[in-house]
Amino acid sequence: MISDQLPALVIVIPMLAAPLCVLVRKPIVCWAIALVANFLVVLSAWALFEKVREDGVIRYALGGWAAPTGIEYYVDMMNATMLLLVSFISCVTLVYAYKSVSKTVLTSKHYLFYAAWMLCLTGLLGISITGDAFNVFVFLEISSLSMYMLIAFGTDRRALTASFRYLIMGSIGASFILIGIGFLYAATGALNMVDLAQRIPDAESQRAVLVAFSFLTIGLMIKSAVFPLHGWLANAYQHSPIAVTAFLAGTATKVSLYVLLRFFFSIFGPDYSFGAMLLNVVLLPAAVAGFVLLSLVAIFQSDLRRMLAYSSVAQIGYIIAAFCLASQSGLTAGIVHIINHGIIKTALFMSVGCILYKVGHTHSHSLDNLMQKMPLTVTAFILSGLGLIGVPLTVGFVSKFSLISAAMERGWWMVGALVLLSSLFAIVYIGRVVEIMLFRKSRTETPAPVGRSEAPLMMLVPMYVLIGISIWFGVSGSTTLSVAADAAAALLGGYQ
Amino acid sequence: MSILGLYNYWIVIILMMAGLYILIARYNLIKKMIGLGVFQTSIFYLYISLGKVQGGSAPILADGVTVYSNPLPHVLILTAIVVGVATTAVALALIVRIYESYNTIEEDEIKAIEALERDL
Amino acid sequence: MNPLWTLVPPLLVIPFIIFFGERHRNLREASIIIAGLALLAINDRIYSAVINGEVVESGSLSILANFSLRLSAEPMGVMFGLLASFLWVVTTVYSIGYMRGHNEQNQTRFYVCFALAIACVMAAAYADNLLTLFVAYEAITLSTFPLVTHAGNDASRKAGRLYLLLLMCGSIGLFLPAIIWIATAAGTLDFRAGGILADAGLSKTSLTILLALCVFGVGKAAVMPMHRWLPAAMVAPTPVSALLHAVAVVKTGVFTILKLITYTFGIDLVSTTGASDYVLPVVAFTVIASSLIAFTKDNLKARLAYSTISQLSYIVMAALLATTMSVMGGALHIVMHAFGKITLFFCAGAIMVSLHKKNISELDGMGKRMPITMACFFIGALGIIGLPPASGMWSKLLIAGGSLESGNAIWIGVLMLSTLLNIAYLLPIPLRAFFKPAAQPQPEGWSEAPVPSLWAIAVTATCCVLLFLFPHPLMNLLGLIEWR
Repeated sequence: MISDQLPALVIVIPMLAAPLCVLVRKPIVCWAIALVANFLVVLSAWALFEKVREDGVIRYALGGWAAPTGIEYYVDMMNATMLLLVSFISCVTLVYAYKSVSKTVLTSKHYLFYAAWMLCLTGLLGISITGDAFNVFVFLEISSLSMYMLIAFGTDRRALTASFRYLIMGSIGASFILIGIGFLYAATGALNMVDLAQRIPDAESQRAVLVAFSFLTIGLMIKSAVFPLHGWLANAYQHSPIAVTAFLAGTATKVSLYVLLRFFFSIFGPDYSFGAMLLNVVLLPAAVAGFVLLSLVAIFQSDLRRMLAYSSVAQIGYIIAAFCLASQSGLTAGIVHIINHGIIKTALFMSVGCILYKVGHTHSHSLDNLMQKMPLTVTAFILSGLGLIGVPLTVGFVSKFSLISAAMERGWWMVGALVLLSSLFAIVYIGRVVEIMLFRKSRTETPAPVGRSEAPLMMLVPMYVLIGISIWFGVSGSTTLSVAADAAAALLGGYQ
Repeated sequence: MSILGLYNYWIVIILMMAGLYILIARYNLIKKMIGLGVFQTSIFYLYISLGKVQGGSAPILADGVTVYSNPLPHVLILTAIVVGVATTAVALALIVRIYESYNTIEEDEIKAIEALERDL
Repeated sequence: MNPLWTLVPPLLVIPFIIFFGERHRNLREASIIIAGLALLAINDRIYSAVINGEVVESGSLSILANFSLRLSAEPMGVMFGLLASFLWVVTTVYSIGYMRGHNEQNQTRFYVCFALAIACVMAAAYADNLLTLFVAYEAITLSTFPLVTHAGNDASRKAGRLYLLLLMCGSIGLFLPAIIWIATAAGTLDFRAGGILADAGLSKTSLTILLALCVFGVGKAAVMPMHRWLPAAMVAPTPVSALLHAVAVVKTGVFTILKLITYTFGIDLVSTTGASDYVLPVVAFTVIASSLIAFTKDNLKARLAYSTISQLSYIVMAALLATTMSVMGGALHIVMHAFGKITLFFCAGAIMVSLHKKNISELDGMGKRMPITMACFFIGALGIIGLPPASGMWSKLLIAGGSLESGNAIWIGVLMLSTLLNIAYLLPIPLRAFFKPAAQPQPEGWSEAPVPSLWAIAVTATCCVLLFLFPHPLMNLLGLIEWR
């Protein structure tokens, strides 16, 4: 039965699409192959999601080799959600990418671009689905290496240095994770996550587990760009091709956050991570400082992409703060924000991409009166910007409401207050741009001829698909909240 | 076990720290890559020594051999080595491209050029 | 009658507004008036249903796990809905004259945002729980923002920034935490007779803080120090100042506070624990201080703005006194003040369009040129002051009675003092216009406002008098509020 092989299909389809692209080489065909492959992945992920939702956890032995000898794929509500989110965002962004990539990347390199995209998708999905700690590292490197490549496709030469800096930071992060996994293996003799989770309680007294825990924490913090280890992110987001930025913003850091969740909650267990190890003492200040300071920093950015990049780091701060609560409601809030933020930030970067496509730059101070020229794009920017702020009836409100309620439940008043404070900063940085685009009269001597000049439909439609979904999730937040609650329960319930 | 008895781990630590230091302290991109290489190699060494069993032979089934080294870490590290090679390849390719567009591979000079561009 | 129907006319008319656009102005404005009348009819149906004791409610839409969006009609909401829909029609008629007379740009955007704001006001009026009210409250802020910055020049952009900043900071920084606190303490956000916090076991200190968060967080109620946005927002076209900043926006603020006191805190809880002890003086200070500031303003719209701040604080004060009589008085004052103040704003706009004068000192002798406008201004002023034969008297009487009932007569003193100040800053305006000779010789004959605007002014001024003579329908309605 094909439906039994779904966990493997999710990885195999994009992995095969990549070499196929390299063989075919014709840009539009490559794009079509990637898109079809991606669409199939979305379908498989959806089927997998429904299956897990109905029948519970799926354990899939890759190649028929049972754990602990072989690699096992372990799918519960948490990673089924991640698979669906990542594949879906990638699929929508891929549709969007065609036009913008055609404009900025050399035609002769297109096949490499789509191949790298497929590899990156493979890596991200692999990280999400695998139940083997070492396999996480391998997929992490697959996704990272292809990501460095994708970033380097940027038009500006600064894309190259951004990519290189990301490579250095990313390799350090991945190596730390590798060291952590090595120590865990030394202490427990297991690499399968389920086995690890079982054996760690007995090995807790060993120094090796402590060392493993520390290395993993730092490595994962680098990979998921938690303040103050976020340095690589702003340049990478600003200079890579905008479609790649949209893709990364919605998926890459989110997947790293997922790994963080998996290690801290499923493998080490919340009692060890947040009880004995006092992870809160490290993570919570970092998270809170992150969302307050970087929302503030975002206000002073004149480049829209850079502004949104800093805002992303701030949002990661919210998610981490929610994780630190280590309760059912806190995890639900964090996971729901992973979903919600993935969708709106991708939509935001897409609208910025449309501006880039038509205007040629993204300096906010010379976007006067853009509403006249590109009403649809600007509307999209406003709608998703409102989501970022957390205005009621948008996804941001659902996330922030759950986060603050969860914080208050725990008695962390200050965290709740600071979340609100940073939302106020978000009003300023989004409002500032919106004001320019809507109301400011052109300052140039000869105002550009007013007339509609919208981005192509192939860019607008995917953007509005995401915005439609974000509105749907905002108005009926229970949809995502119940999924997130199931995922949180799966994490807290440990392995079955 | 005495402290010296764990000499392999001491070597791992020294290599690791040396690599990390080069990675952070050097501005030359090639030297950074060398640092990264040393750093990654130290991890390989860590894994390999984990799998070694005192007095154990290679894990091949043969008569009269009862003590084996653990093959799993060695296999794992083969993968990690491949990953390391790929990383180095991508990084070197990037350095070539950087050299083509900036005419330098010194990070401080690149930063100066970028700062100049930002001001314009 | 499902209260959701009240959202239909204002939302449905938006495509028509956009479709007709600048090319068919008459059709565009006719469609708005038709929508307004339809909305009025719907609100009237709801009114009769509520008077007859029928339950009027919509289905619910769950947006968070335990909290949902839901509309239902209760007496105060019906009153507010009726008021806003009636004045929408009148203001549209007025805008036709004003906007064309003033040659405003982007009229289509103006009418679209206006309709959107009205839809949000309807949602606020019929909100069945605090979450719905909050959502509508935020939506009002956002939909009126383009109206404030309508002119697009530096002054209006600055005003818009202040508007958004103060209202959003208040609502997200203070009001939202209060709501989440209430949700965690009471486990629900529904509006229930007698309140939901009585059994939540909050101490007096907690209740005081919670109440302060609400009163100051609802920036639209413009209690000092959250009042700065209101004078700033006066850069907007006059119809906006009139409907939104004398009626819809600011009244949503005080309406929110009335609902909070009646259905969330419960008047008994507030009056027995004395949770309002520390907030009331601030509100009373606002009443007096803004009257005094109004006195110093020469710009007519600025004076009216500060007068609005003072009158809004009456209502907040009435709510915080937390007796049945005072809360009824506060609710009634929403209507009474609305008719008085909208008349005054309409007059100010008419003066601006016809005579191009913005300052009070320039109005000497203008009574001869705009007699009807000035006469209406006089009636409106009486309404605000609360002198017969204008409407404000009833509500002020009830509030005064309420403060006696609460056993603290000092608040009557505040009321009386500010009423005296009202007389001092409002009445001289028509008196100067009629009886002082003009500084320069004026052309003979009338130069009244455009006809549609004049009609609107006359209607609201008449309503001021009618509400004095026949307050019963509203009193009967408010009599239906379930207090406990």
